[in-house]
Amino acid sequence: MPLDQSFVGRTYPPTEPYDVGREKIREFARAIGATDAEYHDAEAARAHGYADVIAPPTFPIVVTMGSIDQVKDDPGLGLDYRRVVHGDQRFAYLRPVVAGDRLVCRNTIEEITARGGHDFLTTRTDVTTESGEPVLTAWMRLVQRGEDT
Amino acid sequence: MSEEFEPQAFRVTRADLVRYAGASGDFNPIHWSERVATGVGLPGVIAHGMFTMALVGRAVTTWAGAPDAVVEFNVRFSRPVPVPDTDEGTEVVVSARVKETTDEGQVRLALTATCHGEKVLSLAQALIRK
Repeated sequence: MPLDQSFVGRTYPPTEPYDVGREKIREFARAIGATDAEYHDAEAARAHGYADVIAPPTFPIVVTMGSIDQVKDDPGLGLDYRRVVHGDQRFAYLRPVVAGDRLVCRNTIEEITARGGHDFLTTRTDVTTESGEPVLTAWMRLVQRGEDT
Repeated sequence: MSEEFEPQAFRVTRADLVRYAGASGDFNPIHWSERVATGVGLPGVIAHGMFTMALVGRAVTTWAGAPDAVVEFNVRFSRPVPVPDTDEGTEVVVSARVKETTDEGQVRLALTATCHGEKVLSLAQALIRK
């Protein structure tokens, strides 16, 4: 069954804050082989004006992907996650994520389309600090493959 | 920023995928179980799309000369990156060309990532500040 178009524009409640830990950033940077000092060494990051180590550009997926559960698990939408693959990913940054940030995600369903038997769902996640400072926006396009493929 | 975009090659092994799964929290078994991956019609275990995007991000920040220079970053995952269970694994090669310089002096890069000569991303771009 195709996804319900009437869900376009639906917004979800802000998530509980995600505490960005210094060791989590270091672990993520190590996992992608990124050795830049600003990801690992707080002094190096401070020299560039940041309060603590900064995160690599794709680190926010750790925060935003988790928050998408509220969309995935929305019973009315009817997404069958076993048939879903990650189609597109986009980030627009106001600044890097910094260790010590407490990040809140606000999810919106931006687009639902159907083509060639597949459904396409685009979510927008606005990420702010707990006090409301905008940090980045992430868009994720999920592809729900047709039942027969 | 460097004017030359020397293509950057990244080795990807099963161990890298296990480490990325743990660091990112994405434990989808198609990224570590041959049985599950082939069971859903894949050629074998494939890399996380976001791991490939992270490698492209490394290339972009290296070319930009700063880890905090990326303003926008987007990709489409157009083809899976199979990672065989060998010491060598596979290789992803990232290259770039300047698409435009904006009025604010930011540079938009058109990005290409290939595995065995085939493009694994499409519509991949990064906007970076100088």
